[in-house]
Amino acid sequence: MHEMGIVQSILSASVEAAEKEGATKINEIRISVGDLTEIVEFALQFAFEALSPGTIAEGGTLTVNHVGASARCADCSTEFEHGRFEVQCPQCGSIATIPLTGRELTIDAIDIDEDESPDEESANPE
Amino acid sequence: MEIDIKKPILDRNERLAAENRSRFDENGVYVLDLMASPGAGKTSTILATIEALRDRYNIAVIEGDIASDVDAQKISAQGIPAVQINTGGACHLESDMIQRAIDTLDLAELDLIIVENVGNLVCPTEFYLGEDAKVMILSVPEGHDKPYKYPNIFALAEAVILNKYDTVSMFDFNEDEFRAVVKSLNPHAPVFAVSATKGEGVEAWTDWLSGRIEDARAQATRA
Ligand SMILES: Nc1nc2c(ncn2[C@@H]2O[C@H](COP(=O)(O)OP(=O)(O)O)[C@@H](O)[C@H]2O)c(=O)[nH]1
Ligand SMILES: [Mg+2]
Ligand SMILES: [Zn+2]
Ligand SMILES: [Zn+2]
Repeated sequence: MHEMGIVQSILSASVEAAEKEGATKINEIRISVGDLTEIVEFALQFAFEALSPGTIAEGGTLTVNHVGASARCADCSTEFEHGRFEVQCPQCGSIATIPLTGRELTIDAIDIDEDESPDEESANPE
Repeated sequence: MEIDIKKPILDRNERLAAENRSRFDENGVYVLDLMASPGAGKTSTILATIEALRDRYNIAVIEGDIASDVDAQKISAQGIPAVQINTGGACHLESDMIQRAIDTLDLAELDLIIVENVGNLVCPTEFYLGEDAKVMILSVPEGHDKPYKYPNIFALAEAVILNKYDTVSMFDFNEDEFRAVVKSLNPHAPVFAVSATKGEGVEAWTDWLSGRIEDARAQATRA
């Protein structure tokens, strides 16, 4: 539901970084989203389609890398992947676990065209 | 050409939240972020908490709602400073809104700020405001199976209040199952059965809260 704001942040950070490099176009924005966040990819894509026109990311793609949840047991040091409902250590049953991954919400990288790239030639259609 | 960015998407929110945090630390203020569905009893729980702790702590309240200031008025009527934030449609509070709200409060005089987040079980968990703890309220009529549908908010809360407990016999609320699911999601969080408007169970909750406030103070003086 707040994916609009999230995409707005993604776009402004990406456009700022791209313009610093003198880019005229953002082809791709790559982000990571942990499985323990409440971010819905469909809503992100929808917001991206709504908000990117008029920016240099218009026509580009938003690629989402989903990161699974994992934790380390504070008692026996076992590292394990887990779902939302099973944060107990599978090895010793301890509930003292330290979250490792799953809450990511980061912009990883962007792919840009620098200015005046002479690719006006039309790509061969099929 | 590829450019590495490696930056949190909510960078700005995190930065402003850290600024809020240092202002709270400088002034020794404990901050609680209360999250729940609309109507679960956030305002009622705040009123009950004020009544129990006002002799001990100087309290202020930040009210987040999409519109209106009716909740802030209820708090002000108790003689407690209340700041209303209208998010104008946004479904959660962000740290810049908290920043503007605390600019209007005398932090040096305060011990406890209670933030009533926008009624929503989804995104308030995503936004750090600079608080000490997030606490979640579920009301009995919402059903014992809510944690299956909204696991994150239960997983990230430091305590869970089960409010409107006076109605538990009227609803098909399986308390054992509720406690078991919360435990599987969040093994450390205590669950307090409370009737905010009747006062029952409030003491166990406010004892826990004042324990946390005292712990934070002890830690601050040691540092
Ligand atoms: N029976 C009962 N009703 C309650 C209790 N707590 C709140 N309510 C009622 O629930 C409604 C919503 O409460 P409110 O505190 O405004 O919820 P908020 O939207 O989460 O702030 C009000 O009519 C309250 O009187 C409770 O413990 N028991
Ligand atoms: Mg309210
Ligand atoms: Zn273990
Ligand atoms: Zn939101």
